[in-house]
Amino acid sequence: MPLSYRGCARELLQVKGIEDYDLIRIIRRDGVELSGILIPRAKLEDDKHIVLKLRNGYNVGISIESISEIELLSKRGEIRKEKGKITHEIPVGKLPRVPLIVTGGTITSKVDYATGAVKPYERPEELLDLIPEISEIANLSYIPLMSIFSENMTAQQWIRIAKEVEKEINSGSEGVIIAHGTDTMHFTAAALSFLLEGLFKPVILVGAQRSIDRPSTDAVLNLFSAVKMAVEGPIAESMIVMHGSPSDDYAYAIRGVRARKMHTSRRDAFLSINEPPLAKITRKSIEIINKSYNKKRKDGEVKATEKMQDRVALIYSWPGISPDFLDFIVEKGYFGLILAGTGLGHVPTVLIPKIRELTKDGIPVVMTSQCLFGRTNLNVYETGRLLLDAGVIPVGDMLPEVALVKLMYVMGKTSDIDEIKRMMGENLRGEISKFLSITVFPPGRGF
Amino acid sequence: MFDYRALGLKVGIEIHQRLNTHKLFCNCPSLLKEEEPPLWFKRRLRVSRSELGLIDPAAKFEQLRDREFLYGVYPDTICEVELDECPPLPINEEALTTSIEVALMLKMSVIDEIHVMRKIVIDGSNTTGFQRTALVAVGNENSYIETTYGPVRIKTLCLEEESAFIVESTPLKAKYKLDRLGIPLVEIATEPDIWHPEQAKEAALRLGRLLRATGKVMRGIGTIRQDLNISISKGARQEVKGVQELNAIPEIINREIQRQISLLEIMKELKARGLSDDAFNGRILEVTDLLREVSTGFVKRAISRGERAYGVLLPSMKGILAKEIQPGRRFGTELSDYAKVFGGVGGIIHSDEAHSYGFEEDLIAKILKELGGGSEDAFVLVLSSEKVAKLALNAVLERARLALREIPTETRKPLPDGNTSFSRPLPGSERMYPETDIPPINSKAIVEKVSQALPEYPEDTIARLIDTYGISQELAELLFDSWRFKLFEEIASNYPKISPSFIATTLTSTLTALKREGIPIEKLEDRTFIEIFAYLNEGRLAKEAIPEVLAELALDKTVSLEEIVSERYMTMEQLDKIIDAKIAELQREISERGERAYGMLMGRVMAEVRGRIDGAVVSKRVKKKLSEFLQKTQK
Ligand SMILES: [Zn+2]
Repeated sequence: MPLSYRGCARELLQVKGIEDYDLIRIIRRDGVELSGILIPRAKLEDDKHIVLKLRNGYNVGISIESISEIELLSKRGEIRKEKGKITHEIPVGKLPRVPLIVTGGTITSKVDYATGAVKPYERPEELLDLIPEISEIANLSYIPLMSIFSENMTAQQWIRIAKEVEKEINSGSEGVIIAHGTDTMHFTAAALSFLLEGLFKPVILVGAQRSIDRPSTDAVLNLFSAVKMAVEGPIAESMIVMHGSPSDDYAYAIRGVRARKMHTSRRDAFLSINEPPLAKITRKSIEIINKSYNKKRKDGEVKATEKMQDRVALIYSWPGISPDFLDFIVEKGYFGLILAGTGLGHVPTVLIPKIRELTKDGIPVVMTSQCLFGRTNLNVYETGRLLLDAGVIPVGDMLPEVALVKLMYVMGKTSDIDEIKRMMGENLRGEISKFLSITVFPPGRGF
Repeated sequence: MFDYRALGLKVGIEIHQRLNTHKLFCNCPSLLKEEEPPLWFKRRLRVSRSELGLIDPAAKFEQLRDREFLYGVYPDTICEVELDECPPLPINEEALTTSIEVALMLKMSVIDEIHVMRKIVIDGSNTTGFQRTALVAVGNENSYIETTYGPVRIKTLCLEEESAFIVESTPLKAKYKLDRLGIPLVEIATEPDIWHPEQAKEAALRLGRLLRATGKVMRGIGTIRQDLNISISKGARQEVKGVQELNAIPEIINREIQRQISLLEIMKELKARGLSDDAFNGRILEVTDLLREVSTGFVKRAISRGERAYGVLLPSMKGILAKEIQPGRRFGTELSDYAKVFGGVGGIIHSDEAHSYGFEEDLIAKILKELGGGSEDAFVLVLSSEKVAKLALNAVLERARLALREIPTETRKPLPDGNTSFSRPLPGSERMYPETDIPPINSKAIVEKVSQALPEYPEDTIARLIDTYGISQELAELLFDSWRFKLFEEIASNYPKISPSFIATTLTSTLTALKREGIPIEKLEDRTFIEIFAYLNEGRLAKEAIPEVLAELALDKTVSLEEIVSERYMTMEQLDKIIDAKIAELQREISERGERAYGMLMGRVMAEVRGRIDGAVVSKRVKKKLSEFLQKTQK
């Protein structure tokens, strides 16, 4: 075991040959004696304290100034063996095969109570040991593809995931589940929507807003619902399946190009924007809410697109934004721009000449709205008409993030500006609505 | 009673005191509500099965129940934190400061860098499935409290969040309200140094006083509670959780000793009867048909409701179930507790008491035979569904089997008479891991600030009250324990003319008497008392009227002291008018008798103003008016 401490604390410990997780005793100057396991110390913390996990389970930080004696009792002596027998047997029966592709996030980690460290599960059995219900409906396999926080995802990783999905579905999986951090889950869901051509089985992203090391984790309902939707649902699209309310009652399946994380922490953070969720999933049933979807088929072949243009930017406009802010587009070599404009799709008129320059240079500029709900419409006010005249591409009610991902996808296919314009304006995967029901806003009501 | 030293009695206490501040990890007020919550949420808790088996039998037990938890929410005073819908906010610094203050008063060593932990609790009482708790200080050689039975060392002081309030609980479902969840709690634990029941009470009293000395703790029912860890050398450690009445402590300990002694006797008797572990292998069988002849109301009703009777045999246990282990509680009651807690049944019927339910001897024999036993054996029956019966009777069987081997360590609930009942198995070693959402807290600055101005120790305060105000020791202690010593000091120093003993009595025994009459004295605010004594000081209110005025103000929040006084009590002007009128009436007598007419005049005036103004005030005023009148007329 290494020693994670630095500076003064490190010196003190190293002299005694002490390493992380060793059992040690510290005698303080006030006579108090504390013994426990040496807990590793994060780099961001100071080097003035030593942290012990006492026998009563508490962690305490002891100031090195207060220490009069320090002693090594045993090497890793005290760690309770937490490993219980995994009681779960994976049935090798006729159940449909559903792979779980792990990309990271807390949904597939567990806590070690002896040290407090959170480690990823290594085998599906460990997850099934927590959610045994899953093994009654599916034959879950486990594909640890990557281990990254979702904020660090890039287009390259979306493509990697898409290729893995392609492989799994073409080799007979009933559907694919992707465990993913929630921050950018809706970006990945949108990316997979576009990247997977000819999709004929469900692809479901699932995550947890409360990490799986907590007894109150939402992962149990989310994962079970995702598997149920993959096995029993009729929809062959890229979807997000997460809690539908703060209760552990039901989950919603939301179309990947319609999902958005709308709350920083709640279980039901993901909303379906501008259309009702596809389905409501309870322990016992799947209720289809939105009848317009791509149907699951027995046979087919899915093809993952392997190219995206990731030099595309998304700018959130603000009152007072100055035209020179857009200079970086050309200077830094970006090939496309999504604007999240205000209201119906506006930016300050002082930006218009600059936008005209960009479009003349062959850089597509796409207009979406910060309102998220409702369509952009560039015909109502003069600013809108001027923007259209400057070459801005209107995309109806497409969400800004979806427009970003879609532009990466489209520009991976073509660099012809007219073709880009045409594809951006065309509804490919349900990202642009023909019909906006009055009941989809405010969200959470009316369906 | 018992020879406690010989028995090897060891008791440790844990005091839990709520602090009078907002919640520990959010900014919600620590406000308890009486009305039904308008919103309910449904949750489940889960920990993986492999962890349950080895680590925590208590947790396993909860898990086995596969329960659903309902949480009641008051949206105006409860936020996302209590609902576990967002990460906790930084620790409430006022609460942390108070806990450090208490630690320093107990001369404990404060932890340099405090780490908030998550302690796994999956009975649903925390929405997260864990309780956030931090070890704030540990005892050193100077950390102890004195009692008349010897010192009691202080082990640890923790700051933790209060659990949710349980409304209803069945094996399949529990309902909680979230108003209480997250209120800061200071937990002080002693070493098991207590060897006498009275010592436990004394220690609890002293610790309670020390907490109160900070002036920052909550008052009222439930805001302070004690857990007692009780063992005798041949017995086993039991944790009696949530004792609220200090006076109940010695009785609870005595009765626990008695229970353990009785259980040891049962163990001996069972061994003498040649019982072994594998004798308890009886199957759970249905006996509904046999019970159709029983005429007892509840049995008939249960069967006609469609419930069925199941029984299990307890070999060679005839008579044991009727053995009293605490006054009014038999070994059968212990078995019944297990059936209730694990199966959620209303109770059990056992062979030692079946005749009192109208079971004839031959029916008892038939049931025993049906279950595969004979006249030396005992049985336990429940009326329920098959699923419930299995949960209940397996628990009964397990408890009976344990009786042969050991006294199980349990968490027990205090009953009003000093007995205790089983509430769940004692958790194994705590499963704790760091609360990663809260960075460690360096305590140095708070310790430095707090040590410069530690609150006065309770015994010093009591001595000072006696010294400064000349009140009795008893009154001074009553004042301290009633929380009102600061108020007392304010009033007594503002109004030196009013007897301090009178003020103290008003703030203690007068209020206690009013409370006994059912007056909601907790509604009275400090400023009301100050106002009342101001009126008394000005002579606008009579001493005798104070209890009545207090009662009226407590019962009717809309009325003001001013209104009560002007409606029903005299002002000096009114008094003067009456005295003037009486002097005029008695002019002749006064002229004849001079100063000696005082008694008569006073009598006439008092007849009119009695109860509306202090007699001493009247007397002074009458004397003054009389001499003025005499001076004037003699001129
Ligand atoms: Zn709150």
